[in-house]
Amino acid sequence: MNPLVQLRGISKHFEKEVAVSNVDLELERAQITVLIGPSGCGKSTILRLIVGLIAADEGNMYFDSAPISSDTITSIRRRVGYVIQDGGLFPHLTANGNVALQARLLDRSGKEVKARIAELCALTRFPENLLDRYPVELSGGQRQRVSLMRALMLSPELLLLDEPFAALDPLVRANLHRDLKEICARLRQTVLLVTHDLAEAAKLGSLIVLMQSGRIIQSGTFDELRDHPATPFVAEFFNAQLGGLQS
Amino acid sequence: MKLSALLLIASVATAQSDSVVIGSKKFTESYVLAEIARQACQSAGVRAEHRQGMGGTIILWEALRGGGIDIYPEYTGTIAEEILKQRGATETDIQTALEQQGIGMTKDLGFNNTYALVMRREKAARLGIKSISDLRGHPELKFGLTHEFLDRRDGWRPLSARYGLARTNVVGLEHALGYAGLVSGEIDVKDAYSTDAKIADYDLVVLADDWQFFPQYKAVFLFRKNTSAAAIAALNKLTGTIDETRMMRLNAEAERTKSYIAAAQLYSGESSESGAESLSHKLWRWISRHLELAGASLALAVVVGLPLGVIASRGGATGQTILAVTGIIQTIPSLALLALLVPVPFFGISVRTAIVALFLYSLLPIVRNTASGLQDISRPLRESAVVLGLTAGQRLRRIYLPLASRSILAGIKTSAVINIGTATLAALIGAGGLGEPIISGLNLNDHVTILQGAVPAALLALLVQLAFDFLDRIFIPRGLRIKS
Ligand SMILES: Nc1ncnc2c1ncn2[C@@H]1O[C@H](COP(=O)(O)OP(=O)(O)OP(=O)(O)O)[C@@H](O)[C@H]1O
Ligand SMILES: [Mg+2]
Repeated sequence: MNPLVQLRGISKHFEKEVAVSNVDLELERAQITVLIGPSGCGKSTILRLIVGLIAADEGNMYFDSAPISSDTITSIRRRVGYVIQDGGLFPHLTANGNVALQARLLDRSGKEVKARIAELCALTRFPENLLDRYPVELSGGQRQRVSLMRALMLSPELLLLDEPFAALDPLVRANLHRDLKEICARLRQTVLLVTHDLAEAAKLGSLIVLMQSGRIIQSGTFDELRDHPATPFVAEFFNAQLGGLQS
Repeated sequence: MKLSALLLIASVATAQSDSVVIGSKKFTESYVLAEIARQACQSAGVRAEHRQGMGGTIILWEALRGGGIDIYPEYTGTIAEEILKQRGATETDIQTALEQQGIGMTKDLGFNNTYALVMRREKAARLGIKSISDLRGHPELKFGLTHEFLDRRDGWRPLSARYGLARTNVVGLEHALGYAGLVSGEIDVKDAYSTDAKIADYDLVVLADDWQFFPQYKAVFLFRKNTSAAAIAALNKLTGTIDETRMMRLNAEAERTKSYIAAAQLYSGESSESGAESLSHKLWRWISRHLELAGASLALAVVVGLPLGVIASRGGATGQTILAVTGIIQTIPSLALLALLVPVPFFGISVRTAIVALFLYSLLPIVRNTASGLQDISRPLRESAVVLGLTAGQRLRRIYLPLASRSILAGIKTSAVINIGTATLAALIGAGGLGEPIISGLNLNDHVTILQGAVPAALLALLVQLAFDFLDRIFIPRGLRIKS
């Protein structure tokens, strides 16, 4: 089958600064692709381009073989779930309100919405009795689970995760890693995950895409990148993080 | 909300055809004369309403021309100098000129209330001052003059030029406060009307106008030509019936009893107090009008200000312009804004004008707080709303406005409190409210009457504060009120 998302020669600059330069990227279905690289290398920019928060200067993007354009973007957004670092939960809505928002605005029946939320609570291991709480009344890990539920509410074909676990303590993070992996496997979910953390990439990703200064330097499995670095930068990146782990 | 505000305005704007509205200026004699006219019309079977203490000459004149009022007492000198700007016009000249504007004038009521300069008797005697020309030798004397007298074409500037008086020691003072200043010795000379009751009360001397500077100020009633014949006949019956002494006595009675109605009844010979309105009834009338003024203008400001705030929050040239214009409106002095609106045909002397002026003042806090509340929403939240596929309208209603609700409500609250305070000025154009006792009390130098307006106004402002604290709980989503 063809890839769910394709980027062809995508470039984006802000004022004088190049954020993304001539990027080609394909997201295979039912696979977790991990974008990794140093801070400021353009990872978030790629996600923001895909959901149309910003427009590319050059290149073409396709979603399920159809071009992504300003005409198609609203309907595409409903087929994409997006989770950002701090969750982006609306503070004036309860957990339930946040998760149900999209479905309610699309006039889904109350019964249907309720059933779906119960299903998602089970899937993400979010205690149903906390659904009436507001975001400020939840822990960081609980908030991320709610964000994930909100992103999954309409059963999106693509899940975009921008450093969703960065601010969490290691134990909570490990739990979420395990749960996310299980969820994605069960739903055969196509995922693009952004992270700084090589260990996280190794644990979750089937394909790892390493970026530097707006360009894709190398992509492949964890073992390929570790054993056959394409440039000295790749080797350096691996050594720095894995060296840190070993010492 | 929009509809009810419009209905409210429409209902106050519709006038009754078989009744007359009589205006009066902001000083005792004008109040008394207007009240006498009102009682005369009532006795002649014409329903008459007295709009008390409306600003100055220009406001009343424009109101008369525009039809906001039908009748008001005026002086021939003022008509020639201020209204027609024809110095030294004869009574026939005046009559003809008014005729062309659709305004009629009665014969004079029997007294000449000319401008005069007054001093304390003891001080004038000590310095040997008897006439205005004697003032030339005393440049050290302090003049406390009303703002109207300072600006009039037959007022201070030509007077001082004619008599060659020094212009250095002059301050502008409100009329009643000027008397207090004169008695306490803070000022030495002030302008007065020759029938002013205070002249006798405080034992003041009127300086002789030895070079005949001041024109004749005979009291007359001005009326619209289309006023009911019965009302005009009633006015004509009043001409020639009040001489200087009688007018001074009526003025004194008004100031003694603190009631214009009582003074007017002294004129018509009735002594009963039956026409007097009880305090609780008056308070109710003032407060309900006050709330109507503040409430209707606030409702309009919310209906108009919220959308403007939303547009302003998007920045750009349009947004900047909206904020700049509402900001500039706020800096126009309220009295000036009223004076600007009164000559506009649709407005005139009416509750409508007061509501529109208050509405203009209450726009800025609402527009500014709406704009800043929306701008303060963090980027991640905005982008989440976009990425969830919400339409622009859904984002605004479901996400952005609720997130900005605290700021928006704070703006509305600021406007409401300002409105309660500013609405007291509505009385200057005869729109009533709690400003009515404040202005008439100020005029009579009567603290009790002032407090009858000032205390309820302060309490209302406090109540509005409390009401909004309660509204916070309804309109600000609970998730935004919880402290994390
Ligand atoms: N709205 C913007 N205006 C100007 N420059 C921007 C904007 N957004 C991103 N950039 C710049 O583009 C480059 C790429 O930013 P991006 O957010 O994609 O980095 P990142 O890889 O996600 O970094 P991090 O890991 O720190 O989140 C950076 O140099 C950043 O400063
Ligand atoms: Mg980023």
